[in-house]
Amino acid sequence: MISSVQMASKSKWALIISAAILIVFFLVSILAPWIAPHDPIQVNLAIKLSSPSWEYPLGTDHLGRCNLSRLLYGARVSLGFASLIFAASLGFGLLVGMIAGFKGGWIDLLLMRFCDGVMAFPNLVLVLGIVGLLGPGLWQVVIALMMVQWVYYARMIRGMVVSMKEQNFIAAARISGSSTGKIIRRHLLPNVLPPIMVMGTLEMGWAIMDISALSFLGLGIQPPTPEWGAMIQEGKAFIRSQPELMIYPGLMILFVVISFNVLGESLSERFGIKRRY
Amino acid sequence: MFIYLIKRLLAVVPIILFAIFLMFALIRLSPVDPAEAYLAAANIHPTDEILAEKRHEFGLDQPLLVQYVQTVKKIVQLDFGNSYVTNTPVWQEVATRMPATIQLAVSSIILSIVVSVPLGFLAAIYKNSLIDHLSRLLSYLGASIPQFWLGYVLIFLFSVKLDMFPVEGRGTWQHFVLPSITLSLALIAIYTRLLRASVLEELENVYVIYGRTRGIKEKTIMVKHVLRIAISPMLTGLGMNLGKLLTGTIIVEQVFSWPGFGRFFIEAIFNRDIPVIQGYVVLAACLFIVCNLIVDLVQLYIDPRISRKGMAES
Repeated sequence: MISSVQMASKSKWALIISAAILIVFFLVSILAPWIAPHDPIQVNLAIKLSSPSWEYPLGTDHLGRCNLSRLLYGARVSLGFASLIFAASLGFGLLVGMIAGFKGGWIDLLLMRFCDGVMAFPNLVLVLGIVGLLGPGLWQVVIALMMVQWVYYARMIRGMVVSMKEQNFIAAARISGSSTGKIIRRHLLPNVLPPIMVMGTLEMGWAIMDISALSFLGLGIQPPTPEWGAMIQEGKAFIRSQPELMIYPGLMILFVVISFNVLGESLSERFGIKRRY
Repeated sequence: MFIYLIKRLLAVVPIILFAIFLMFALIRLSPVDPAEAYLAAANIHPTDEILAEKRHEFGLDQPLLVQYVQTVKKIVQLDFGNSYVTNTPVWQEVATRMPATIQLAVSSIILSIVVSVPLGFLAAIYKNSLIDHLSRLLSYLGASIPQFWLGYVLIFLFSVKLDMFPVEGRGTWQHFVLPSITLSLALIAIYTRLLRASVLEELENVYVIYGRTRGIKEKTIMVKHVLRIAISPMLTGLGMNLGKLLTGTIIVEQVFSWPGFGRFFIEAIFNRDIPVIQGYVVLAACLFIVCNLIVDLVQLYIDPRISRKGMAES
């Protein structure tokens, strides 16, 4: 008994801390132009690979660009595009899931078979395949990730709609004359929100990892835009002389992703959602 | 059991057809014309004449349905066409590079099982102990560390600083150490948590109490009964996470300059080598499906109750 109370308070702290870290990161990504000490793409070969100083708190990279500024701006790219992917795939998944769930019949069958088909692929393999056919570039990566990600939302939402459609409170609402739109807004959305929040939080972490991995492979963000994965790719050449060039951006990714994962897990504990790894 | 097997095998066919269809559709939808991509990769100056000739050769001037049927027919015979860059059949390229990738994947699977089975098991038995907390920390790290970064950090620590293992390449057993660790950490994270959860679930069962009342040794109950059943979801996890392993090899091969198929795939993306891209994705999907099938069969062998459940459902 005691342990379960302890667990509850622990998960509450985990939730608060991880949420706080993420808020800081989001603030950094919004405020980057004001808090960054330098222009992140300003090349100055005279001071290349310099060690930390008051002027450049984390030193400079091989082109003499301020490392701290690049890391701060990197948050912008990672969090910004991950949020975009999240919003777009959730929106589309919500739409498809609702249609499939409410309409049923052959529309449902067709849409869900399509989802199953996409899910039959290893996730990133399909993303890489799409990027491969569309060609390297940030927007191609974003589109590819969206094309793969929405399927999971659609499937989850469709499942919830189908199971909820039959329940008494929906029937009661229908009998008392609520329109479908109102039922969706007032009864369905509040119920699907918790699992969406959990899934969305975890997906944000994955999206950030995937974006950085693709940038690392050279398929995503193209230089000189500061992005953590691309910074690791650039910094690896100096692994013997200046390992911090590749260590810092990796720590940033680790920090953000771990926060998203901890937040997702504590949310799922909080809402009592059982999740399979 | 036999019928179950046949049903599972038949279910694979539409998925593979869909995989081929998806790639086919993507190639047609993408702004790149395969004929132009071929000429660019082969360094031939594109004139209208050559383009038209190539389009005819690739069958691009035929109706879409005919093209699709042709594609399926070819792929079923394992003919993915020739690589635009090397002009050798894609299948041959796969065959020469696949062993390196499979070696890497297998060594990582072995490593992750060797670590996660005892770790997850002990974490469940000694719940909330130090080992449980450690396993939790490890699983968070494993789920959140970017693989390519982990690879470089390991290179930095063990190759640059300690000079224990080679930085890149393939040959001796030392070459396997760092790539396998890099690749398996994410898997260890998942399997440890999976096993811990399923052991905890099994411990609630009546047979555990029954075994204890009968005076069977705790160790026997745990290893012979609990672990045997609890390992089943982990096997499913093994199959489900094969995709992670596959994409992991792409990244790890890039980091450690491992001469496998993943690197070839990335090169193909840069070269717009469409047959190779298509071949990789379709083969990856097939591999994924087949391995999941094998996992199901192994599970059936370990825990025969599943087949009864499966038959009741289907």
